[in-house]
Amino acid sequence: MVSRGLFYIVTAILFVTGLLFMIYQHVTFEVPFLPGDQREVWSVEAKVEFDPTGNGAATVDFSLPAVQPGFTQLSQSTASVGFGTSYVMKQNNSYVEWTKRNPLGLQTLYYRAEFLRDDSATASSMTIPELKQNTEPEPFATAMREIADAAMQRSSNPFSFTVQTIDELKRQPEIASLLLSQYRREELIVHILELAKIPARIVSVLDLEDARRNRALSSRIAVFDGQHYEIFDPQSGVSGVRDNQLIWKNHDGSLLDVQGGQNAHVSFSILRNSVAAAQAGSLKVQAALAAGEDIVSLSIASLPLEEQSLFKNILLLPIGVIIVVFLRIIIGVKTSGTFMPVLIAMAFLETSLLVGLIGFVSIVAIGLVVRSWLSHLNLLLVARISAVIITVIAIIGAISLFTYKIGLTEGIKVTFFPMIILSWTIERMSILWEEEGYKEVLKQGGGSLFVAVCAYLAMSSAAIQHLTFNFLGLQLIILSLVLIMGNYTGFRLFELKRFRPLSDKIKNQLNGDEKELEADRLKAERQNIKKLFPDTRPRDYFRRDKEEYKSRQDKD
Amino acid sequence: MLGFVKQALSRYANPLDLMHFGIMGMNQRNVNYIGRYNPRRLFPLVDNKLLTKRMAMEYGVNSPYLIGTVEDVHDIDNILEILGDKQEFCIKPAQGSGGKGILVITGRQGDSFIKGSGQNINMHDLRRHLSNILAGLFSLGGKQDIALIEDLIHFDNVFAGYSYEGVPDTRVIVFKGFPVMCMMRLSTKASDGKANLHQGAVGVGICIRTGRAVRAVQHNAPIRMHPDTGKDLFKLKVPHWDEVLTLAASCYGMSGLGYIGTDIVLDKDRGPMLLELNARPGLAIQTANNAGLVPRLRLIEALPRRLSLNPQERVAFAKEHFGVYLE
Repeated sequence: MVSRGLFYIVTAILFVTGLLFMIYQHVTFEVPFLPGDQREVWSVEAKVEFDPTGNGAATVDFSLPAVQPGFTQLSQSTASVGFGTSYVMKQNNSYVEWTKRNPLGLQTLYYRAEFLRDDSATASSMTIPELKQNTEPEPFATAMREIADAAMQRSSNPFSFTVQTIDELKRQPEIASLLLSQYRREELIVHILELAKIPARIVSVLDLEDARRNRALSSRIAVFDGQHYEIFDPQSGVSGVRDNQLIWKNHDGSLLDVQGGQNAHVSFSILRNSVAAAQAGSLKVQAALAAGEDIVSLSIASLPLEEQSLFKNILLLPIGVIIVVFLRIIIGVKTSGTFMPVLIAMAFLETSLLVGLIGFVSIVAIGLVVRSWLSHLNLLLVARISAVIITVIAIIGAISLFTYKIGLTEGIKVTFFPMIILSWTIERMSILWEEEGYKEVLKQGGGSLFVAVCAYLAMSSAAIQHLTFNFLGLQLIILSLVLIMGNYTGFRLFELKRFRPLSDKIKNQLNGDEKELEADRLKAERQNIKKLFPDTRPRDYFRRDKEEYKSRQDKD
Repeated sequence: MLGFVKQALSRYANPLDLMHFGIMGMNQRNVNYIGRYNPRRLFPLVDNKLLTKRMAMEYGVNSPYLIGTVEDVHDIDNILEILGDKQEFCIKPAQGSGGKGILVITGRQGDSFIKGSGQNINMHDLRRHLSNILAGLFSLGGKQDIALIEDLIHFDNVFAGYSYEGVPDTRVIVFKGFPVMCMMRLSTKASDGKANLHQGAVGVGICIRTGRAVRAVQHNAPIRMHPDTGKDLFKLKVPHWDEVLTLAASCYGMSGLGYIGTDIVLDKDRGPMLLELNARPGLAIQTANNAGLVPRLRLIEALPRRLSLNPQERVAFAKEHFGVYLE
């Protein structure tokens, strides 16, 4: 006998562990507790085109997208006929390198990447640029200094200085037009920032808009204040990046390097996909695993697809089981065969409820008729069951054929019913009919169907499927609940109905010569015995024996 | 709406009342009594009537005389040798349940046998019945079985008119060797001669102290007369009452099961005999006795654990505390 205390501790540990697993998965992999939450995945395709020069070898280096807060890169791939592809690092920056010995005619190379819009992504590959000395020629240096001085007056830190510089360029159009005739606007702003000893860098961003083609990168300025940086739009001076802006290049290297080619050009196509949040979580895990990160995934989603679909159904079984346990132990519903209703409910999942119910009732009804004829033959059990199995298969075959011929393709799904289980159900119900009459058959058959429908409703719910599939911890919680229910010693709901007449009778009438309620009298006597023998611990019984008990009784 | 709820609720008993009266529910029986006091490994002793009988013979517990057993096809051919010159006997499957497969033979003329119902069967029918038992036609789950051939029971004359066909038997719930509650099960036309309450047999609660009828129920409703014979059930008094209780109480030491239902029949000549044991006795006995089992069981649980009493002392304790009539 395991002590109750240990039992409750184990149950509590199971429950808490399950709960912690669920929370861990919710936090680490951002699996939401409810389905329906959607995440954005952006597919970006960069197309690089160039004309080879003469008949030399060509090497193309294309900067890979930056690691940045707000996005997690899920995958990358290249498509380029006849080119060798490798991922290389140049001055600590990642590039994809295409190489070919003798390219002829216009060459087109593709690089594709998928990004998950991800608020929890915080990593960044941005490095602090070296501060350069401004060595621009006159008269541009003086003009820059003028702008810088004016901006310096009206600013307090590097970021406000940047805003004021952009502002000052608008305010002094003559100087601005002089400078802009020589420099690009973002270049110019970086040079002015150099005067103020503020590190800054031009970065390239891509505006993510659904179903766009032939997009180019636009320039932004990253301004650094120590470790922190902010991104500014050189035209408007607005700071920050929008949710749908992806930083592609965040270093000082080039975006595209072509050796042995000319007229190189890069353009981007963008496509948006929505994926369920749960799937997004698993995509992240896969990306992390692919990158060789050590991450413990407790989700079935990390298994191959084929195993996943298998597990999807297996993991639903405990839901059906806990419903059976609840309805049998707490409510007291009678079923034919303990877990037969769960298996029927699993079949309902495949067939849909109405078709399943009609199929089940007709198979069992026809089966019972055939079985009652078999019982006249007085066959032995194994032969009888086998005959019933073959009959069930024939019924299922006939139903699917018939419904198919009259154009109801739904009917074909009755083949999903577990035939052996159905045969045993028919056998049991038939014996029940002979022994207890048809009422008991209807009661148990109806009870089984009721439980099966309850289990079906629970198992077909999108929320529950989502939970069981994504949170393995839920299984532990179900296990602990089943254990707790297995320990329930109270009345079943149906027993309250069964004992109603008895309860009324005891309340109204004393038995025989009784003067008080027997339960009360025995309670008093029990307390009396406890008083005589107050010790209840096993080690206290050493000195007690029969004689003592008797002598005390005699005294009474 | 409120009225509807009230009406629906009025069909259910208040669980607090039931707890106060100490009525035992299925879950409590399974977890607190069967689960706690009946070791699983001992179940075969009571589920198999042959093992029960061998155990009873070993411990000197009175039970119907075993003429012989039919264990394989070879034995069926030798059935005449096994039967010897017995004129009356009863064939039952060792692992049957609910009275299935029991064949009562009350007379014999050479190779022709007379069934309890008066019908004649021949040797061929008898062999066929035996082979059906061996093949598991009557046993739970269709397991291979053994046929027992026992002496016929001639039930005591005091029960004449109390039972429609079938043998009236006495079910005593024995808890840790103390007889706790008792009822007689009388078969009726509705129960088809069988003694199971849910099949329509009459249950008569019996006072532990005196052996007198406390109350009678059929289908969960109180009755006073036997529905088929019209006999006043409240006049029922079990003879040899002390012997019945002592026999029941001694089944504890024999089987090792703490919570059992013992089925006892009273033979005209040989007195109380153990028919079979049940490790999962039903709850209907409470309705027949108009009392809950739990207070009685808890009184026994409150006794010191080291206290070891012999069956007579345990019966005396039960009679002192669980009686309903003074005499």
